[in-house]
This record gives sequence, structure tokens and C-alpha cells, in this order.
Amino acid sequence: MLTIGTGNKAVALAVRDAKPVVVAAYPITPQTEIVEEIANYVTDGSMDARYIPVESEHSSMAACIGAAATGVRTFTATSSHGLVYMCEMLHMSAGARLPIVMANANRALGPGWNIGAEHSDSLSMRDTGWLQCYAGTAQEAYDATFMAFRIAEHANVLLPVMINLDGFLLTHITQPFDTIDPEGFLPPTNTPHAIDTHHPGGYGTLTTGSEHFKFRWDIERGMRNSVAVIREVEEAFAARYDRRYKMVEEYRCEDAEVVIIAMGTLGKEMEVAVDILRKEGVRAGSMRIRWFRPFPTIDLAGREVVVIDRDYSFGFGGILANELRAKCGCKPFSVIAGLGGQDVTYEDIASFVRMRTENGEHWFGVDA
Amino acid sequence: MYEIRLHSRGGQGGVTAAKVLAYAAFLDGKYATATPLYGAERRGAPVVSFIRVDDTPIRVYSQVRTPDLVIVLDASIMELVDVTAGLKEDGVVLINSPHPVEVKGHTTYTVDLTSIALSLKMVLAGNPILNTPLIGAIAKMGIISRESAEKAIAGTFPDERNVEAALKAFEELKI
Repeated sequence: MLTIGTGNKAVALAVRDAKPVVVAAYPITPQTEIVEEIANYVTDGSMDARYIPVESEHSSMAACIGAAATGVRTFTATSSHGLVYMCEMLHMSAGARLPIVMANANRALGPGWNIGAEHSDSLSMRDTGWLQCYAGTAQEAYDATFMAFRIAEHANVLLPVMINLDGFLLTHITQPFDTIDPEGFLPPTNTPHAIDTHHPGGYGTLTTGSEHFKFRWDIERGMRNSVAVIREVEEAFAARYDRRYKMVEEYRCEDAEVVIIAMGTLGKEMEVAVDILRKEGVRAGSMRIRWFRPFPTIDLAGREVVVIDRDYSFGFGGILANELRAKCGCKPFSVIAGLGGQDVTYEDIASFVRMRTENGEHWFGVDA
Repeated sequence: MYEIRLHSRGGQGGVTAAKVLAYAAFLDGKYATATPLYGAERRGAPVVSFIRVDDTPIRVYSQVRTPDLVIVLDASIMELVDVTAGLKEDGVVLINSPHPVEVKGHTTYTVDLTSIALSLKMVLAGNPILNTPLIGAIAKMGIISRESAEKAIAGTFPDERNVEAALKAFEELKI
């Protein structure tokens, strides 16, 4: 049904339609509306779930782990300090191979205190074993959250999935989006290692150096398998609902000599910059990275690359720029822009492309 | 793309007005977005919201820099903020005020939303409710249809006085 609402509302509706059995959450700006909406759905009966209001984010993920260990579908949502507070439990949930789905409203970490959009929170959870998707529109936030359950719960994956949306820019924007008839798209959960209360038993979870690597390798197998599973689920979604997604959303890239790469809402705004540059005779295109883990395979050979990072790894550089350097062998012009919700317009993005240098770095608002 | 910047004070309902306006444009079959600009909001502090309306999907998330329309819910803000900053040459200003206000170089409309709200006893936490009559005024300007304005308000607020207030503003605004 075509409707209009915020990015947060889109996520909440997707969760309602995915019918999780347990939602455990703690509110934090700018995620709050997601868990408020879900609490409303549980109260008014439009969702048949157990909603557990917990006292912290560490506990919300712990509660999801407990619930998912019994084999039921679980969801939570957080942001920023809430996400880093649950960090230990993120490792726990991925290590225990529990297909939890979480929405994260990307927000800067303090101090200085700031509630604006930044990717530093989720990217600092890069190596936890969670899959990470970054939405660019409210529609995509709805679709990706819904699909995330089928991807996470797939027998070849069994890893948790984090759906990221830019704080305020996407969580709080009111946009049109279309909800779906969810019936039959998500198969029932089938967690092979679910706790069986009819046959109770205890397992030692200590793994020594002669076994631990096998479990780590198995996480990586799930992560590698997820590439095909993401494709399969997104294709099944397109076949049924007529909305098509790829790991990387390309815009005017066919003959592009310079490609702008970013994640989240900047990845949509930059399409307007591409149009401006094309009018100036610059053969520009853009690639919006939707899935950061697993990291996509991208062919950038023979192209100049401009990467916009809404994040930074101190002492090293823009995180996305360096992932692309490592994975694709490109020499991008790395732009650091949009930190803490810093306003970045399509005109600004076009200017980044005009000032590009091979392997250069530009801090928007700092450098002249 | 038609771009609107809405100036209000925290507690006046500017953020909600932006949402209802986008909802009404959506009901007109347009693509519309509404974005609040959040800082350290508190009651009475100047706040800004952005609304965009277009015939094609909107890919812009940054702040509105060159609005076609500036709305001012509280004329006293004009002493603190340059509300016409970036306003297009042919841009228009709509001000909630009991007296006509002139903004140099721009067509300026005034409507007394506060009196409309008070006449219907629409007061929330001590503040007259300005957002729903505002939607009526915007409909009068032709940015959204009157039908969609009514539907969007009725679909957001159960209290029927909101639609009544919008229709009153629609009547009172002289174009």
C-alpha cells in the first residue's frame, strides 16, 4: 500500500510485516520512533510479539540472543552510543550464529555531543561478523529490513544483519513508500542449533586453539555464502514486488570515466551531482554501496574514483575509501564529509569531483 | 522541484506542519519530502523545517538553500533570523501575523493563524495550534489542493476543529 511516513516508520512497518516473536529494545535518538511504533503495534494488537523494554542496549541484544537461541525471529534497533554499548553482544550474537535483525540509526559518537548522521558507529562494528546494509530511501529501509530476516535466517548464512539508515536525514524525513503483502515471503525460522526444551542438555562453549579457528572459519563461510543469498532474496523480492536491488546501486556508470562512491543518503544526493557534472561534459557516474558486509566486488579498472566517507579511521583515513583501495586496487580521491550531520549538498559533491586528485584526501569544511 | 523553508519556534508545531504538508502533496499525487532540522531543540527556540514537492522522486536530502517559499509561523523570529536568506528572486513569503508585513523585493502574504486557533480554542500546552490553519493557507496559495489539505489534516488529527481552522485560514488569506 502506497503511504507516506518517516524512515523510522518504514522500518517499524517492515518489522510488523516480518512478524518477529520477540522485540527487545531500548530507545535512543534518532532511533526512538522505531521502537515506539513497534510498541504501539504490539499494544494495539497489529503485531503479535513479545516486546521487552530493557534497561540498556547491552541487555537488548542479550535478550535478543536469548530469544533467538530458542529459534524464534527477533528484532531490535539502536543508534550510536547504544550500538557501541552492545558491542560485546554483537560479537556474541554473530559467534553464536543467531540470525537477529537490527536497525541502526547512524549517528555520531560523542563527545562533542551530536545526534546527527555519521557512519562511525556501525563501521566501528565492522569486524563483529554482522552483515551490514545501508539504506538510501525510506522505501529501501522498509524493503531491506523486511528482506533482512530471510537473509539472516537462511541455512547457508545464520548470521545477524544490521540495516543502517542515516540519523535524521533518513530516520526523520517524511517520504512516500509502498508496503507489501508479506504473506509467504519469509519462510518460518529453522535454527538448526535452537535450544530444545524437550531434550534439555548442556554444551560446553569453550573452544581451544585447536577448534576455535574452525568456528571463525565457519562464520566466514556464512559471510561468503551470504553474497549469493542476498542476490537470491533480492531477486525473489523483485520478482514478487517489482522493486529491484543490487549490492551496489549504479547510476549513469555505463560510460563513466569518474565514479563517485558513497553509502546512505549521500549515495542518493550524489546522483544529482552526477547530472550536474554530465551537463558540464564530465562523464560522471555514481555507485551507492548498499552492502558493506559482505563487501561487494566492484570493477573500477580504468576509472577515476571519488569516495565520500561519513566516517573516519583516525591515523589511517576514510574507512570506505580504504576498503575500496584494498578490495579494488583503486586510487580514490577520499572526501570526508557529512560528519555529525554536516550539511552536504549535491553542489558540494560536484565540487569534490572537480577538485579530485589521485589518492588525495579532502576534509570538507576544513581544507580550503 | 518546489522548495519550502518553514521557520517556527519550538512548540509551535512547525515540524508537524511540514509532515502534514508533505502528506497533502502526496495525496495530490506528487512526490514530497519533509525534513526537520534538529539542533538542541527547546520550547521557544527558532527551528527550521524543509519541504520539497516534485513530479519525480526526490533524491536530495540536504537543507533547502534556495527556497521558492518561506513560511514564518512567528514574525518575531524575523528579528533573529534572516528568513529571506537564499530565497529565489521570484520567491514568496507567507507570514503568520495580525498585521500586514512587508518583505522587500518579495510578494508577501500575511494571515492571522494565531487568532484563528484562539477563536476555535485550539491551544496545546499554552501554545495556539498554528500548523493546521497554516495548511489551509498553503492550499489557498495553490501549492496543495484544498481537498488534499482537508484529507491530510483529518488523517492526522482526530479533532475536527483542525479542518475547520484550515478552512478558515483558506477563506481569510487574500491572494
